[in-house]
Amino acid sequence: MLNTLLCILRRDLLLSMRRRADVLTTLCFFIIVVTLFPLGVGAEPALLRTLAPGILWVAALLASMLATGRLFAQDYADGTLEQMVLASEPLALIVLAKICAHWLVTGLPLVLLAPLLAVQFDLPAGRAAVLSLSLLLGTPILSLIGAIGAALTLGLRSGGVLLALLVLPLYIPVLIFGAGAVGAEASGLGAEAHLLLLGGALAGALVLAPWATALALRISLE
Amino acid sequence: MTLQIHQLACQRGERVLFRQLSFEVAAGQAWRIAGANGSGKTSLLRLLCGLAWPAAGEVRWAGQNIRALREQYCAHLLYIGHLHGVQDDLSARENLMVQATLSGTPISRLQAEQALTQLGLGGRMELPARVLSQGQRKRVALARLALAGQQPLWILDEPFTALDQSAVQALCSTLNAHLARGGSVIYTTHQEVHLSAGEQRLLELGLTERSC
Repeated sequence: MLNTLLCILRRDLLLSMRRRADVLTTLCFFIIVVTLFPLGVGAEPALLRTLAPGILWVAALLASMLATGRLFAQDYADGTLEQMVLASEPLALIVLAKICAHWLVTGLPLVLLAPLLAVQFDLPAGRAAVLSLSLLLGTPILSLIGAIGAALTLGLRSGGVLLALLVLPLYIPVLIFGAGAVGAEASGLGAEAHLLLLGGALAGALVLAPWATALALRISLE
Repeated sequence: MTLQIHQLACQRGERVLFRQLSFEVAAGQAWRIAGANGSGKTSLLRLLCGLAWPAAGEVRWAGQNIRALREQYCAHLLYIGHLHGVQDDLSARENLMVQATLSGTPISRLQAEQALTQLGLGGRMELPARVLSQGQRKRVALARLALAGQQPLWILDEPFTALDQSAVQALCSTLNAHLARGGSVIYTTHQEVHLSAGEQRLLELGLTERSC
């Protein structure tokens, strides 16, 4: 079982390495959006500090959504997905491996880049740390939920728009608690409650999303 | 172990492709599914794999519905469809190793290389599958057959297309060896192919069943 998980994880990471352009698109999008805001809003430190968590989170959310559309598309096109459905291991496990690989190449870089980009907004070190932590807990939830949407819209012609409509309402609580964590830290309340909620949501998504995605994939393949 | 097809029906939109289809695939039998284009050959094979839901009836493996068995059934099954699951950006060897792991029989690098060499891909197994020809990609997919000693049931959708004469012969002998071991094969083809081992059956969709 672990063998299959690692095999798919390694395969997907290898594929991402070979298709570097796709991964870089997501990263560039994130960097460009975040960098344009201080230029557009103007150099008012207090204002930028207030805006920073929201902007970084919205950019991370959009970047993540940009990437989820590709999660199953290639495997669907060349028939690998059929083989995954017919594998001797549960499909949910294979899906989990794919989501992990997807997060490692599209989510983790955002988490690592965020404190660096936060410098542009003059975010104090403490709040930048909370921001990274909230992204570390939040971006996997985005990948997990996005996978359900990607599986449901697989093979549809206008899948991109539909994916956004399906997934955005589920992304919003993550955005509110993620960006809220930094705000709570700034106001002196402490970010603990927000981060715990994000952690709880991650645990829930980790259990439910692969299973729901597997069901959606079976329907899409029919 | 046998595969029982019981009163199976398949519908595509308004059109009924077949209904009340019943037959039984026993060990050592090779079933060729014949029929005109659009008669539902691929649809039937997908139903037999459990990739699609039948409109009516059921498919049973060793007496149990394959929907209930799911992974247990898949562990006994090898399916190669129209899309053979060869990823463009992976090399032939990587493709084969991933597919073998998915079907529950992980293989070593050496085993993969041997299987590919047998199929005449010796010098090309480290190239990305993108640069291989259609026939060569088909061979990569079919290399799994040489390694699939554990799966008793093979379901192959047009396995002979895009292959040259020698590859067709090699595939026939692989199939014969599988049938002689007591495995079963269900396949579709428009080519005239003669398998020598096992018991040959023919199912014509759109007509009634007959044995040859």
